[in-house]
Amino acid sequence: MKLVVAYIRPECLNAVKQELYAKKIYNMSVTNVLGSGRQKGFTETYRGVVMEVNLLKKLRLEIGVNDDFAEQAVEAINAGARTGKEGDGVIFVLECAAAVRIRTQETGPAAMG
Amino acid sequence: MFEEKKQTTALLRPKVWALTLLLATLTPAMAFAEGEALSQEHGNLLWTLIAAILVMFMQPGFALVEMGFSRAKNAGNILMKNLLDFSAGVPVFFLVGFGIMFGQDIAGFFGSSGFAMSGVDPTSAAGQWDLTFLFFQSVFAATAATIISGGIAERTKFSAYIIVSIAVTALIYPVSGHWAWASLWGGDELGAGWLEAMGFIDFAGSTVVHSVGGWIALAGAIVVGPRLGKYTADGKAKAIPGHNIPLAGLGVFILWFGWFGFNPGSTTTVDGTIGYIAVNTAMAACTGALGAMIFAWIKHGKPDTSMSLNGALAGLVAITAGCYEVSPVGSLIIGLLAGILVIISIEFIDQVLKIDDPVGASSVHGVCGVFGTIAVGFFAAPGYGDNVGIFYGGGSEILVTQLIGAAAVFAWAFGAGLVLFTILKMTIGVRVTQEEELKGLDITEHGMESYNGFQIFTNE
Repeated sequence: MKLVVAYIRPECLNAVKQELYAKKIYNMSVTNVLGSGRQKGFTETYRGVVMEVNLLKKLRLEIGVNDDFAEQAVEAINAGARTGKEGDGVIFVLECAAAVRIRTQETGPAAMG
Repeated sequence: MFEEKKQTTALLRPKVWALTLLLATLTPAMAFAEGEALSQEHGNLLWTLIAAILVMFMQPGFALVEMGFSRAKNAGNILMKNLLDFSAGVPVFFLVGFGIMFGQDIAGFFGSSGFAMSGVDPTSAAGQWDLTFLFFQSVFAATAATIISGGIAERTKFSAYIIVSIAVTALIYPVSGHWAWASLWGGDELGAGWLEAMGFIDFAGSTVVHSVGGWIALAGAIVVGPRLGKYTADGKAKAIPGHNIPLAGLGVFILWFGWFGFNPGSTTTVDGTIGYIAVNTAMAACTGALGAMIFAWIKHGKPDTSMSLNGALAGLVAITAGCYEVSPVGSLIIGLLAGILVIISIEFIDQVLKIDDPVGASSVHGVCGVFGTIAVGFFAAPGYGDNVGIFYGGGSEILVTQLIGAAAVFAWAFGAGLVLFTILKMTIGVRVTQEEELKGLDITEHGMESYNGFQIFTNE
């Protein structure tokens, strides 16, 4: 079992979701996060004064999948989130030690859906 | 009277002497007050000015409605559009639009004098009235202009919108306005527009103001195209919910408040009719909200908040043409029908025609404006205004004239809107890039966020 964690552009969420749906991956959690990568933020002007914005708004996407779906999930996120410009984000794939589906009490790969 | 009293009761007691003295000192003061009573002329000026100030307050109303019904990432852009169309529209109307709308008539189609109020003497009573009238008309022109921003919200280039605002207040609005209202300023001396010469009734501007704005908004929405993600690949309409319904609700109440300047103020005269015009305006707004609420409740199972808010505006737009001609009972019915019509229209334009109008501007102002204009032909009541509609035994001539007027103004405003937006599309472009649209126009067009420090949740 794998936990796929991706940090993506907020405006790419819909595209990523559509790509995931196309691969029949429907389970996910999405949270708002602030973060920065190599591009170190951007500048904004407010009432004529330049301000540095170091932490950018990103979305954190978490998807628990069985091993054979991990690659497809990564593919889907890549397809939806890639614009080719700085700030596209990163994808991490983590080993997942255990999983329990609370309602049904299923454990292991069956719990991943 | 006081003189008589003095003669019959005087000289009896010292107290009476004192009273008489008091009266004697008061009497000249009263006579003075009588001489300085507000003349009809000054009353008209004062009432028109107060009404114009109320109509100006419709600008924040429009800004709030449009802001609330769009997404958080575009809120500042909508506000800028509303600020811009008023700030550009009022001077442009003064310099160009007013002369085309109210100047020396040419063939009933447009005016040709009075640009920048040239020749107006501000020391004369007539000149003072002219400038008051200009102020009143300029806030009306700005109202027509500001309707458009809602229909093309969330994806239109700000630079293109500036040009649209100028073109609307300089030319599109004044030309059709001239057709229906030209003689309001110069009377017979400067000539009448062709529609008013036919007897077209649009008391406060269901057609002249609201339909014009609504139809240009519709043309804009067609040319600019739907927002990203509004329609699925197979053409199904998706909801893009507004981010702040409380703001939109406050905006509707503010518009409603301002409408008590818009309709009763359109008398530009202080007389006994302003009271019943206010009653009619209130009635139609109430039943508009009720009609939309009940209809949405039956159709979708819940009394939809945003549709009910649109319903109140629909009732207000619909009663604007006939507020001087119909009875309060007629107003109740016109408002109720407009409230139902606006939902049918919003869903038809959104789901069948597949035109993306985020706030329903074309339905509220265009469709309900036409409905209100036509309704005068049926509901014009004896004793109210100067005409009698079909429901009260009048002939069908008024209805025919109303239909011609509504159709002609549709053709002009929608046609001119299409031409204007198409020219802009081919030259400077009317639409932001896909990336800018996804990020939101606040950051990409204006370089700042509307809700800095708030977490805006993305769930699209």
